[in-house]
Amino acid sequence: MRSFLTVIGIFIGIASVVALLSISQGMQDAIEEQFEQFGTDKLIIMTRSGGFNGPPGLDTDTAARPLTEDDINEIKKNKGISRATHMLTKNSVVRFKKETKFLQIWALPPDKDSRRMVTDMQGFEIAEGRDLDEDDKYKVVIGSMLVDQMFDKDVGVGDRLEINGKTFQIVGILEPIGNSQDDTSLEIPIDIMKEVFDTGDEVAMIFAQVKDGLDPSKVAEDVEDDLRDFKDEEEDEESFTVLTNEQLQDQVGSILGLIQAVIVGIAAISLLVGGIGIMNTMYTTVLERTKEVGIMKAIGARNEDVLYIFLVESGLIGLVGGLIGIILGLMMSFGVELAIAQSGFIPMKASVTIELVLGVLLFSFALGAISGVLPAKQAADMKPVDALRYE
Amino acid sequence: MKPVIELKDVWKIYKMGDVEVPALKGVNLKIKKKEFVAVIGSSGSGKSTAMNMIGSLDIPTKGSVYLDGNDISHMDESDLAQIRGKKIGFIFQQFNLLPNLTALENVMVPMIFQHMPKEERIKRATKLLDLVDLEDRMSHRPPELSGGQQQRVAIARALANDPEIILADEPTGNLDSKTGQIIMKVLSDLNKKEGKTVIVITHDPNIAKIAHRKVRLLDGKIIGR
Repeated sequence: MRSFLTVIGIFIGIASVVALLSISQGMQDAIEEQFEQFGTDKLIIMTRSGGFNGPPGLDTDTAARPLTEDDINEIKKNKGISRATHMLTKNSVVRFKKETKFLQIWALPPDKDSRRMVTDMQGFEIAEGRDLDEDDKYKVVIGSMLVDQMFDKDVGVGDRLEINGKTFQIVGILEPIGNSQDDTSLEIPIDIMKEVFDTGDEVAMIFAQVKDGLDPSKVAEDVEDDLRDFKDEEEDEESFTVLTNEQLQDQVGSILGLIQAVIVGIAAISLLVGGIGIMNTMYTTVLERTKEVGIMKAIGARNEDVLYIFLVESGLIGLVGGLIGIILGLMMSFGVELAIAQSGFIPMKASVTIELVLGVLLFSFALGAISGVLPAKQAADMKPVDALRYE
Repeated sequence: MKPVIELKDVWKIYKMGDVEVPALKGVNLKIKKKEFVAVIGSSGSGKSTAMNMIGSLDIPTKGSVYLDGNDISHMDESDLAQIRGKKIGFIFQQFNLLPNLTALENVMVPMIFQHMPKEERIKRATKLLDLVDLEDRMSHRPPELSGGQQQRVAIARALANDPEIILADEPTGNLDSKTGQIIMKVLSDLNKKEGKTVIVITHDPNIAKIAHRKVRLLDGKIIGR
């Protein structure tokens, strides 16, 4: 019981570290997969507010000038760009049979080349019905989760719903993308979007494809320079950002890294407490076994032998804590994996490698042994004659 | 013949705060190889302190202790432990076996500290327990053994590394008289048949009768040999 209480701090810290490392690695792998689909030759240009607006009436970032169709034409002129297109997005009230939700509406230019560029990047595919075509007016294609997970009643091809007060007919349903934002969004024709939401020639996001063989980061710098000159803005005061796939991944990586650092910091506190717990237990153990130390020394144990015995013992306490921590940590990370899968966010698999497990076990043993150094030294330095007299 | 153990003008003074208590006062003692010596004295005579000096469990405040001609008075504890492990086998009044180990494992412990290979340890420990008639109790732990059996395990352990010297501190103190006699016979046989130097610390003159020589201690001094 005493040993179990001793290792509580260790296994809580280890469980947190194991869960964190396996979940964050899994998330990194999932995000990398998403970015791979996006393509390394693509650039995203968006306003500093990210190109997304809140509910109607909510002030957007007034410091950010919106991107416009003129900006797209300017980008297309860049020698490093093979093609460019844009997307419009708005958040809006959507009503279906007396129920209302606040969802994202998006639109793409009608030409096939543009549509193919974006749908390939985002992984949009029709599951049922058809895609929008150039002649469509008040038609809509919906994300997969809208069919049976958003409204009380199921939604299907042919049904009508209201977007920002206008009635649209559903002509198609997309295959699941894998994240709830995309799977609950609705696509309408771009000219209707401009009419319904009065967007003028604003665009939310511009996608540009870099020509084969060119370095995307260099082309991105070029595009940034061109656009800055076109919009007559100062360097470092741009109203827009130009991001490569790599830069997007780095940004996500930094956020993940920060979260990891915070959790590791918290886990480290738990491990420190656990280590102190082991030290305390070992001091008690050494005291209780004083006579035993005296006997061992009388029959030939050197100071180093006694030190080794107690270090191994405290190392084993740490190891047991590590083992329990690994089991708990894996349970936690698989629990998170399940929760994410059910929530509809980007699917991810918790990543557990043999290196992680062995590394954690080694660390636990070392932590235990280090925590036991002072008590073990105390035992090793005991005089046999005094230890034998101890009752 | 060079003595196997020699105490030369050995003093041991304990400091209790400001007070100094001399437990041994200039003790001179020579013990030859293959002798059976009884160190006798009442409680407080200094016989336990003398045993600690002889057994290198403690070092003198003044004077020198020689073991096989080597001055061990100023050695560090690790070196003393090695010497003890090789040359001296201890038998204690309270047996002092390790309670969580079996009889066989207890006998093997001193061999581990001398880095004896495992197979050799098991073989030797089994033979020693056989020697003290405990081959059928090898897998029992000390709480499962009687006092006499525990002391026999302790004797087997004392013989683990085939030491020259057996040092027994009140070996029959916790035993009934019949069992005590058995133990003393074992010690006597070790001296006569195995040629071990046996030193017994005791307050009991009947136990001392078996010895070749009796060394009497009173108030930290030797008064008869």
